[in-house]
Amino acid sequence: MNELATLISAALLVIGSFFALVASIGLLRLPDVYTRMHAASKAGTMGSCLMLIALAIHATDTGTMSRALAGVVFFLLTAPVSSHLLAKAAYAVGYRLHASAVMDDMEPKDNA
Amino acid sequence: MISVATIFDHAVTLALGILSVSFLVTIYRIVKGPTLPDRILGLDMLVAIAIGFIAVIGIKTGYTLYVDVAIALGLVGFLATVAFARFVLSRGKTEDDILSEAREAASAARRQAKAAAKARSGSAVKGLDPGPVAGKTSGRQDNE
Repeated sequence: MNELATLISAALLVIGSFFALVASIGLLRLPDVYTRMHAASKAGTMGSCLMLIALAIHATDTGTMSRALAGVVFFLLTAPVSSHLLAKAAYAVGYRLHASAVMDDMEPKDNA
Repeated sequence: MISVATIFDHAVTLALGILSVSFLVTIYRIVKGPTLPDRILGLDMLVAIAIGFIAVIGIKTGYTLYVDVAIALGLVGFLATVAFARFVLSRGKTEDDILSEAREAASAARRQAKAAAKARSGSAVKGLDPGPVAGKTSGRQDNE
């Protein structure tokens, strides 16, 4: 049982760091700020949450476990809020979408 | 047969290595990032990677106080991103706007300086007014 928990936590550590790597590669490769936000706020949150869950599985006492899970919940709640605020601010100020973007639903219509 | 402890040690080392690589890649984006929202996004991502680092170090050392540090860092990162988003909104212009404004101001100043120089040479030909006054005003307009 103890060995199984250790193995699961090791696997979650590697998977979580892989997600963080994918998020940062997305941050590097994608063309504009909105697509980069899509990479960073989803894959990055997933990565750090998986690593905190690995800590919760590895911990022996319930205090550490519950605090790590509380951190996961807090992070899952705040990451979408902050990135949505940033995207809304950037769009309202007038940062353009990349030329390869096919659709802009928030574009003001002329015939409205 | 490899023991569980060995696998776990290798997993921790691998996770630390991968996290270091993604940390460096994110820092490259922050340094290069063409606009302010790109840099704010990089900062947000940096906080997420730091929380991952804290989790790995907490597992590696068994020092569980690091969990509280991770929660506090998440809170600080969230507040920083929200404050930066408010700043982007209240600044109200993009980097392109700032650049074009500066370019317009520079060309206007150049035009004024040219006009002032022409006025000065004209007055020198007429021999009405000594140069220093005109030179002083054109200098002040340059600073504008």
